[in-house]
Amino acid sequence: MTTAASPIALRRGRRTRVLPGFPLALGFTITYLSLIVLIPLAAVFLKSATLTWPQFVAAVTSPAALASYRLSFGAALLAAGINAIFGLLLAWTLVRYTFPGRKLVDALIDLPFALPTAVVGISLTALYAKNGWLGQYLEPIGIKVAFTPLGVLVALIFIGLPFVVRTVQPVLEDLDVEFEEAAASLGASRWQAFARVVFPALFPALLTGVALAFARGVGEYGSVIFIAGNIPLVSEITPLIIITKLEQYDIAGATAVAVVMLVASFVLLFVINALQAWTTARSSKGA
Amino acid sequence: MAQSKYEARPATREPAWLKWTVITISLTFFTLFLLLPFIAVFVEAFRRGWGTYIAALADPDAQHAIWLTLIAALIAVPLNLAFGIAAAWSIAKFEFTGKQLLTTFIDLPFSVSPVVAGLSYVLIFGAQGWIGPWLAAHDIKIMFAVPGIVLATVFVTVPFIARELIPLMEAQGRDEEEAALVLGASGWQTFWNVTLPNIKWGLLYGVILCNARAMGEFGAVSVVSGHIRGQTTTLPLHVEILYNEYNFAAAFAVASLLALLALVTLAIKTYVEWQAERTADSAH
Repeated sequence: MTTAASPIALRRGRRTRVLPGFPLALGFTITYLSLIVLIPLAAVFLKSATLTWPQFVAAVTSPAALASYRLSFGAALLAAGINAIFGLLLAWTLVRYTFPGRKLVDALIDLPFALPTAVVGISLTALYAKNGWLGQYLEPIGIKVAFTPLGVLVALIFIGLPFVVRTVQPVLEDLDVEFEEAAASLGASRWQAFARVVFPALFPALLTGVALAFARGVGEYGSVIFIAGNIPLVSEITPLIIITKLEQYDIAGATAVAVVMLVASFVLLFVINALQAWTTARSSKGA
Repeated sequence: MAQSKYEARPATREPAWLKWTVITISLTFFTLFLLLPFIAVFVEAFRRGWGTYIAALADPDAQHAIWLTLIAALIAVPLNLAFGIAAAWSIAKFEFTGKQLLTTFIDLPFSVSPVVAGLSYVLIFGAQGWIGPWLAAHDIKIMFAVPGIVLATVFVTVPFIARELIPLMEAQGRDEEEAALVLGASGWQTFWNVTLPNIKWGLLYGVILCNARAMGEFGAVSVVSGHIRGQTTTLPLHVEILYNEYNFAAAFAVASLLALLALVTLAIKTYVEWQAERTADSAH
């Protein structure tokens, strides 16, 4: 490439774009995104502004709303944590070992992305109900899953698992074995090599996966409402609070709670972006 | 049994007991939390035999739900395909200010709760919404009707194709397109003959995942549908109605159709990944 920038090259680089279609493509992209996503979401903020501040605070801090935040955010966090451990183990199993059926398991990890949430919801409820495949063994020993907060957790584990596996797996695949060999040749045990070399390399990706699973879990509706039982103050998730208020024609109240969820979504989106940037920076440094 | 490249090297090999413990734990978790719910759908669907199964699917309300689900996907997928190509073309091939922000905004539907998405359309098209009164005066129905269902479906599936194409087209750069243009190809010719063959597998991958979500969306559609049986219920909503009527056999029969769709989606997706890998290997 021309390092000594000729005036013509400079002008071309700045003024004319060689490839066509930029104004059309960008114009369409921005118009479409605004009409479908941005303006509707802006409507949520604008509608909530019709409430006075005390009305807004009353709507978002009602006992039912507060209990639902605890459940939605708490269960999503716990599910993401559980998926961090088992998702890491699964990614490790799929990348590092060969065993019969490995390819099939690998393909089926994406089931939660492909299986509609309502189907997941009724299926989990059938499994964990008193007479279900798993419920019949769990209920006699005092573990009630269906129609309790534990059911919410089970549904969110299902929904979140592929996020962790699919963010960790490619990083683990690209990880150069030479780092582990160097560690071994310097006298590190297998565990030390994992804890000091492999895990730090995977950590940004793992955290990204956990954040993605958490973000999805907080807003999840379809797979949760069937198994949750939706008992007020006990197993009502925040999206259900919004639906209930809508059904009672309390649109302003529903919008206020939706604003809380939207703000959480925005914060999570920026956290995830930062984590992804960290992951990319880390893996390009390692390569 | 064949060893993986990691097991072949002493430095990255774990003792057999550890290896099999890790495999057992992870596969047990996989089976309990992922595989079992999937298998249960089919077992529950056929619990009452083929007769009940066929009857549940042949029901006129179920047929209408199938039709509505197909319509929603047939509109949402091509729209988001056009959006995905336009977004990827502008973001991957050009530099402009606000690119990072635009990319972040495209991801929004992934992190916004589907229920909030549905609510946002109620605020615009609903009876008390921004243009609701105008629509009512002109006898246009969007809320609790098919257009609302389609719009909600479009919202939740916006990022799928764009997300696949942006990194792919970024990695491929601009050199091939620029060469085609210098050689006298028109813009469309360049796109059809140079860009499209390069991104076809990523495109197909995005379309398949977009379609699966479009046909399976529940939360967003649930808010705008109004649940009018046989009129504004898609397959997932029909499953809910049957389930809430304690008609479990029929609910699972309809659900098994969606589970089958998931299976087909995963099969095509695996095939596409395999093809993409082969193309990438032969390019080197």
